[in-house]
Amino acid sequence: MKVEFVLNGKEVEFDVDPGKVLLDLLRESGHKSVKAGCKTGDCGACMVLVDGRAMTSCTLYAAQVDGQDVKTVEGLEDELADRLKESLLEAGAVQCGFCIPGVLISAYSLLSKVENPSRDEIKAALDGNLCRCTGYVKQIDAIKETAKSLGGS
Amino acid sequence: MGDNKSEKQNYNVVNKSLTKVDGKSLVNGKPVFAGDYDYPDGLVAGILASPKAHAEIVKINTSEAEKVDGVVSVLHHGNVDRVPHTTAGQGYPEPSPYDAYIFDRRVRYVGDRVAAVAGESGEAVREGLEKIDVEYRDLEPIFDPKKSRDASVLIHDEEDSSGIYDPENNVAANVDIEIGDPEKIISGADVVVEETCETQFAQHTPIEPHVTTAYLDEHERLVVRTSTQVPFHVRRILAQILDMPIGKIRVIKPRVGGGFGVKQEFLLEDVASLFALRTGRPVTMEYSREEEFRSSRCRHPMEVRVKLGATSEGELQGIIMEVLSNTGAYGTHSLTVLSNVGSKTLPLYNKASDLHFFGDAVYTNLPVPGAYRGYGAPQGYFSLEFAMEKLAEKVGKDPIEIRRINHIKEGETSPIFEKLGEGKEGTVQYINSCRLDECLDRGAEKIGWNERNDKEASDKYRKKGFGLAINMQGSGIPLIDMAAARLKLNEDGSFNLYVGATDIGTGSDTVLSQIAAEALGIDLDDIIVYSSDTDFTPFDSGAYASSTTYVSGNAVRKAAEKARDRIIEIFASRYDENPEEIDWKDGKIIGSDTTKTLAEFALSLTSGEMETDQEQIEATASEVPEESPPPFAAHFVELEVDTRTGEIDLQKYVSAVDCGTAINPNLAEGQMEGAIVNGIGYALTEEMEFNNSGRMTNPSFFDYKIPNTEDIPEIEVILVESSEPTGPMGAKSVGEIGINGAIPAIANAVRDATGIELTNPPFTPEKVWEKLKETRK
Repeated sequence: MKVEFVLNGKEVEFDVDPGKVLLDLLRESGHKSVKAGCKTGDCGACMVLVDGRAMTSCTLYAAQVDGQDVKTVEGLEDELADRLKESLLEAGAVQCGFCIPGVLISAYSLLSKVENPSRDEIKAALDGNLCRCTGYVKQIDAIKETAKSLGGS
Repeated sequence: MGDNKSEKQNYNVVNKSLTKVDGKSLVNGKPVFAGDYDYPDGLVAGILASPKAHAEIVKINTSEAEKVDGVVSVLHHGNVDRVPHTTAGQGYPEPSPYDAYIFDRRVRYVGDRVAAVAGESGEAVREGLEKIDVEYRDLEPIFDPKKSRDASVLIHDEEDSSGIYDPENNVAANVDIEIGDPEKIISGADVVVEETCETQFAQHTPIEPHVTTAYLDEHERLVVRTSTQVPFHVRRILAQILDMPIGKIRVIKPRVGGGFGVKQEFLLEDVASLFALRTGRPVTMEYSREEEFRSSRCRHPMEVRVKLGATSEGELQGIIMEVLSNTGAYGTHSLTVLSNVGSKTLPLYNKASDLHFFGDAVYTNLPVPGAYRGYGAPQGYFSLEFAMEKLAEKVGKDPIEIRRINHIKEGETSPIFEKLGEGKEGTVQYINSCRLDECLDRGAEKIGWNERNDKEASDKYRKKGFGLAINMQGSGIPLIDMAAARLKLNEDGSFNLYVGATDIGTGSDTVLSQIAAEALGIDLDDIIVYSSDTDFTPFDSGAYASSTTYVSGNAVRKAAEKARDRIIEIFASRYDENPEEIDWKDGKIIGSDTTKTLAEFALSLTSGEMETDQEQIEATASEVPEESPPPFAAHFVELEVDTRTGEIDLQKYVSAVDCGTAINPNLAEGQMEGAIVNGIGYALTEEMEFNNSGRMTNPSFFDYKIPNTEDIPEIEVILVESSEPTGPMGAKSVGEIGINGAIPAIANAVRDATGIELTNPPFTPEKVWEKLKETRK
């Protein structure tokens, strides 16, 4: 079947099997920032933005995003994304980095909606992004710092 | 040793929280992990896992599988050579038994290998695996480690395995070390405490599962790109089991998505390589999360009994520690993890003169424990620190005070260092740096230890408690493991740094680059690091045993000094200077008459200007550590127990750690924070559960609960920096120590809050509630 959607700002069209999972389609088409950590929707490493919402691409069929706007980390290039990346690096919030694209997607989605989230709001927004390396402390710090730096500008 | 703090130097590049050298690519989601590479004409492969806990394969028929469209090759015990080996990625000769085979006629746990299929697509492989027809003859399984030694069934009675301590009794490994006469001294002691605690099966769960691709390059050499902590050991084991020269194999470690010990195992590389050799095509294998849980590795469950004898003042006189370790179906790391239960814990309390450490690691028909962050120390510290808490109570001392009286100090030693090493005798070692007392002071202050009795729980149903635990670990494996580093000068004064050391997300590429830059007096940007490629980088044992910062760091420091010395030597001879008087600072080589920037001199070194004095500056250095200086840590927790539900509300976790010089404070804190949260999961929620057929019943992140952002308490890590004289720029390693504290500190705090004694993690609300109910009776 044909699936059409906007991927990182460009209109794309794929001819896919109805059972094609979005995660696989994205990785096979070169979007390797989308990571597979569990394929059951539990770890969040495969998160993408679908119409601005952070969603696990392993639990979506490609057909489900027909007509929607999909963003992966490859397409996150605005000021918010840049600040987030910078803050994550400066805070030491990136260890192995495998969960980081998903964390970025969740944090981007949160900060797009909430200007100055509390630590509790950050924790709630990131509760679907498992990380085994960092203990989350510096990831939360980094997101708080991003909000602060953007609010100040 | 005096006051180390005063000896601490000012550094330009180390001791600074610089951002990771690989950070940009990671944060932009670049294709840098093993699974991110595409291979034209590549195949994928999968493994048929045993549905049986213990059985003999009577017949295996793969003809239907081979007929499946897209299936290219099928492997099983009937068409693969039988080579006994260990899957432990340890230094050669490995201290683990050779009791594993690529494929065997026997399956020993649910999840063990039966066969493998390579095909054009995942669908073809799945269908192929389904069509393999296997006839099993059931054997009686053993699930209870306490019954394993007396069982009539033997798990490893095959004739060709070796290195098993007592195969006739299912004992993979045994340790028995006695110093003095602890039974006698304890029986005569004023105070005796005895505790037995039991820990569970737990998993590492790196978010990236194991991924391996094997292919033949244009010269028909085998290339394996794999998510490993031990590329050089992988190459050696591949050569051993494939009967190929080491030189015909190249192992490349790309970025790795977390390891924690589970990638110190040789798990997919053999099968992927066999398929690549047989088909001539690239073959990629990746564990699913379920396979990662069932068939990779986990932590040794243990029963650890500790008996302490002390004076009425709380001074320890004797310690007996007895261990029963469950090593599952194979003995990988069985001896060394068992040894570490004692070797990483008993020296901490060196005031006890008489010691007995003994135990067995026994086989069962359950999944296979291996190396896991902490490596036996978390299990040992649970019982030891739980017992120390009771000792404090019995002698009427503050829990901090009882530890102060007994813990090892600078200039002191423990006979355990010499008697108990990694599967053999250890090495004599004196403590050169220990700021554990300061860790206790600062941690206590942060948690509010002295005011703890004034704090009230948030409501009348909840009870507040505080707990602590102290521990030590090590920095590498002395006189066994080694690391090497190579530096090459470029024409602009920058250096390529080649290290065998394996960055698995820890930031070691950054830390080692900082050490190189510091030693060379240049900026971090002038170091271009390349790590872990057996064709291009020198040897390194790998990322395990808290070795990289200390051991590989020293190799880097030495290589930098060698490179610098050679540059000075050439400079002196070229410009007729006295090498002793040449100064090297701020990127300049300063002689009495001639001064040049390193960049100027570097350019001239490979230009006609230097005529026949042209030279490629390159220096390689090796490091074999003679000691393993322990980092020390004090962990404090504040929590509340809800007496209605049994829920533990962990509110605050403070950990103060003596890490030597923190080469990169942010990354050192990150190691601690990650390990602490890993430890909290181990203490409160994580457990691999099995049904009565030995099948793991919770092999998913949904059912096996690791902490997420909502589960973490307020966490504070305090770096108490000492200066370790044998470490690179004073550093020690802190990869593991952070995981040792959570279980005992939480158990001690729950006891403080409620009086109940939790001895078998995870401390779920059900267990707490049951215990609370008992006390009400």
